[in-house]
Amino acid sequence: MSHRALVILIFLLSITGPAQAIQPDEVLNDAALETRARNLSRELRCMVCQNQSIDDSEAPLARDLRLLVRERLTKGDSDQQVLDFLVARYGEFVLLKPPFEKHTLVLWGLPPLVLVGGLLWLWTRARRHGSRHQAPDALNQEEQRRLSTLVDPAARDH
Amino acid sequence: MIPELGHYALVLALALGLIQAVAPVIGARTNDAPLMGLASSTALMQFVFVGVAFLALIACYVTSDFSVVTVYENAHSTMPLIYKITSVWGNHEGSMLLWVLILAFFGALVGAFGRNLPSTLKAYVLAVQSWIACAFYLFILFTSNPFLRLEQAPFEGRDLNPILQDIGLAIHPPLLYLGYVGCSIAFSFAIAALIEGRIDAAWARWVRPWTLAAWMFLTAGIAMGSYWAYYELGWGGFWFWDPVENASLMPWLAGTALLHSAVVMEKRNALKIWTLLLAILAFSLSLIGTFLVRSGVLTSVHTFANDPARGVFILAILVVFIGGGLALFAWRAPLLKQGGLFAPISREGALVLNNLFLTTACLTVFVGTLYPLALEALTGEKISVGAPFFNLTFAPLFIPLMFAMPFGPLMAWKRGDVLGVAQRLTVAFGTGIVAVAATFAIAGRGSALAPFGIGLAVFVMIGAGTDVVERIGLFREPLSTVRRRASGLPRSAWGTALAHFGVGVTLLGIVSVTTWASERIVALKPSQTVSLAGYELTFDGLAQRTGPNYREAVAKFTVREAGVPVGVMEPSKRNFASRATTTTEAALMTRGVSQLYLSLGDTSGDGSVSVRLYHKPMVLLIWLGAVAMAMGGGLSLSDRRLRVGAPKPAAKPAMLPAE
Repeated sequence: MSHRALVILIFLLSITGPAQAIQPDEVLNDAALETRARNLSRELRCMVCQNQSIDDSEAPLARDLRLLVRERLTKGDSDQQVLDFLVARYGEFVLLKPPFEKHTLVLWGLPPLVLVGGLLWLWTRARRHGSRHQAPDALNQEEQRRLSTLVDPAARDH
Repeated sequence: MIPELGHYALVLALALGLIQAVAPVIGARTNDAPLMGLASSTALMQFVFVGVAFLALIACYVTSDFSVVTVYENAHSTMPLIYKITSVWGNHEGSMLLWVLILAFFGALVGAFGRNLPSTLKAYVLAVQSWIACAFYLFILFTSNPFLRLEQAPFEGRDLNPILQDIGLAIHPPLLYLGYVGCSIAFSFAIAALIEGRIDAAWARWVRPWTLAAWMFLTAGIAMGSYWAYYELGWGGFWFWDPVENASLMPWLAGTALLHSAVVMEKRNALKIWTLLLAILAFSLSLIGTFLVRSGVLTSVHTFANDPARGVFILAILVVFIGGGLALFAWRAPLLKQGGLFAPISREGALVLNNLFLTTACLTVFVGTLYPLALEALTGEKISVGAPFFNLTFAPLFIPLMFAMPFGPLMAWKRGDVLGVAQRLTVAFGTGIVAVAATFAIAGRGSALAPFGIGLAVFVMIGAGTDVVERIGLFREPLSTVRRRASGLPRSAWGTALAHFGVGVTLLGIVSVTTWASERIVALKPSQTVSLAGYELTFDGLAQRTGPNYREAVAKFTVREAGVPVGVMEPSKRNFASRATTTTEAALMTRGVSQLYLSLGDTSGDGSVSVRLYHKPMVLLIWLGAVAMAMGGGLSLSDRRLRVGAPKPAAKPAMLPAE
C-alpha cells in the first residue's frame, strides 16, 4: 500500500460519521433468501430512528436487526415467523404497517369508509335529482306559442 | 445596528398588520371607502417592512454577525456566500420570517392587483390575510425572534447542518412556502365570502388564479424536495412517507381538489359550499404542515428545529384559524344558495369524483400521519405507520383516479356521454394495451402488476393529449389549419393537457423505478470492477480534496458501457470539522432519463471501500412529470381569461344571499 493510500485510509477510518445502511458483509449468499430479507427489512422500523426502515437506516441497531432477520431466515423461519418473533421481542412499534386490530380500526377503516360512504351519498343524490330533474314537464300551449314566436320572427305576423 | 433595524421593521409590520386587521372590517361594515382602501396601502407597506426585516437578517448572515444568536447557531464564516444566504431559512426562526415574508408578498399582490374586486370583498380578504399575518408576527416576536443578540459575540459560528449545505435549500423551502402560504389567499377569500354571505361564479374566477399559483409552487416544491432527498440522503429513495413529506402532500391533495372544484363553480355555479370548505381545508392543512414541522411534535429526518414550547403557540394559531374557519363555515355556509344542477355522468360529475378520491387520499395521509400520535396520547400504545401502510392504501385510491382522469376533460358539461368519450379514447386505450403487452414481452421479470402500471401511465399520457389533438384537428386537417387552431386554443386547455400528461409521466417513472431498479452492495479494492445493468464501474482509487469548509475523500470510478468509457463518477464523504459530522455525497450519472446512483460507504482494514450502486431506470420521469404538472399550471395561469380576471362587478350583484 502506497503512503498516500495509507493517509487516506487513516483519514477515512477517523471519520466518526454514520455508517452506511446495508453493508456488503450482511448480504446473504442465497439470493432468494436475501430478497426475502430485504423485503422484510422494508417492513420493519428502526426503533431508534425517525420513520426509517431498518433497510434504510444507518443506526447500529438497524444493523443488528438486519442481521437478526437474516439469522432467523437462514434457520428456516417463514416471513411471518420472523415478524412474529420481532413483534414478541420489540412490540408492534417495530412494524411499519400496523396489523388490522381493534386499536387500528380507525386507521384502516376510515379511508375506505369515507370513499364508499361518499360514493353512496353521491349515488343516492344523483338518483334523487335524476328522478326530479331529468324529464322536465312538456311545454304547455301558451309556452309553445311564445317559443315559436321567439324562434321564428315570421310567426309573429300570424 | 442592522439586527435592531430588522427587529424594528418587523414590529412596524405588526403595527400595520393590526391596523389592517381591523380598519377594513369597520370600513366594510359602515361602507366607508377610505377605510376599506386603507387595506391596500397597509398590505403593500407590510410587505416593504417585512422585506426590510428579511434583508436585515440576510445582511447579518452575509457579514457573519455572530452576535446574533441564530447566525451564531447556523452559520460559519467560511461557508460559500450562497449557503450564507440560504442558511437564513435553514433554521426555525429564519424560516418563519420567510413564511411571513411570503404571506406579506401575497397580501401586497392582492392589494396591488385586486383593483377589479368588489371593494367590500377586497377589504375582508385583506383583513383576514392580516389576521393570519399578525398571528405569525406575534409568534415570531415572542417565541422565535431571529434578531436576538448574544451578550458577547463568539469568534466563529457553529455552522449550518451539513446536510442542508446544498443548493436544494436555496430552492426547496421558498417554493414550498410559496405553495403553503399561497393557500392562505383562497382561505381569506373563503372567509370573506362567508362573512359577506355572498358567493358566486365570479368569486371562483378570482380565487382560481391564486389557487393555481399556490398549487404550481407546491407541486414544484414537493418535487424539488423529493429530488433533494433522493440525492442527498444517500439511499436513493424518492418518497419516504415521512411525516414532513406528508405534511406537504396533504395541502397539495386538497389544493388539487380545490383547483378542480373551483372550475365547476366558475363554469357552472355549482359545488359552491364544497369549494369553500376545500379552500378552508387546504390552508388548514398548510398550517398543520407548518405545525407538524415546526413544533417538534414529530421528530423526523427532515426536522431541524425542535422546541415543544413553541408548539403551544402554533397549536393556538391552529385552533383559532382552523377551528374558527370551520365554525364560521358551519354557521354561514347553509345560508348560501346552491346552484347549477347536473347529471352524474357529466364533466361536473367527473370532477366531483376526482374530488372524492383526492380528499379520501388526503384523509388517508392525514390519518396515517397523525394516528400514531393520537393513539399514543390516548392509550399510550406505540405503533408505527410507515411506507408499507401508505403504499398499500394509496394505490387503490390513485389507480381508479388515474384511470378516470382522461375521461374528465372529454366529458360535456351538465350531461355527458361516457360511451362517446370512451370511443374518443380508443387510441389512448389501444396504446395502453399495446404498452401492457410490450412490457410483458420485454421485461417479464419483476412484479406482474408493473406492465399494467406502464399501460395505465401510457393511457393517461395519450388520453391527456386527446382533447387537444381533436380540437386542433391534428392528423386530420392540413398543417396550416392545425397551426391556426393550436394558437387559437385557450391556454388553459393546453395547461390541462400538459398537467394531466405530467401525471402519466410521473406514474411511468414510479412504476419503472420501483419494479426494475437494481442494486449492488459490494466492497471494492482499487482497480476492481463492479457491473450492473450493462454498466461496468472500475474503482480507480481514493483522493482527498479540500472544500471551502470541509475535507472530503473522493472515490473515483470509471464507468464503461459495453467496454466503452462513458464517464467518471465521484462519490465522496465530506467531513465538516466545525460540526464534526460527515455527509455522504452520492454520485449520479444521467443516461437518458435513467440514472446510475453510487453512494460511498465505509472502508475496511484491507483498503477496500464499500459502495452501494443502483441503476434507476427512468427515475428522472418522476420529477419531469411534476415539472410538466407545474408548467401546465403555469400555462393555465397565463390564460387570457384568468389574466384579465373577472369582469368589473355589475351594478347589481349576480347572486344574492338566499333568504
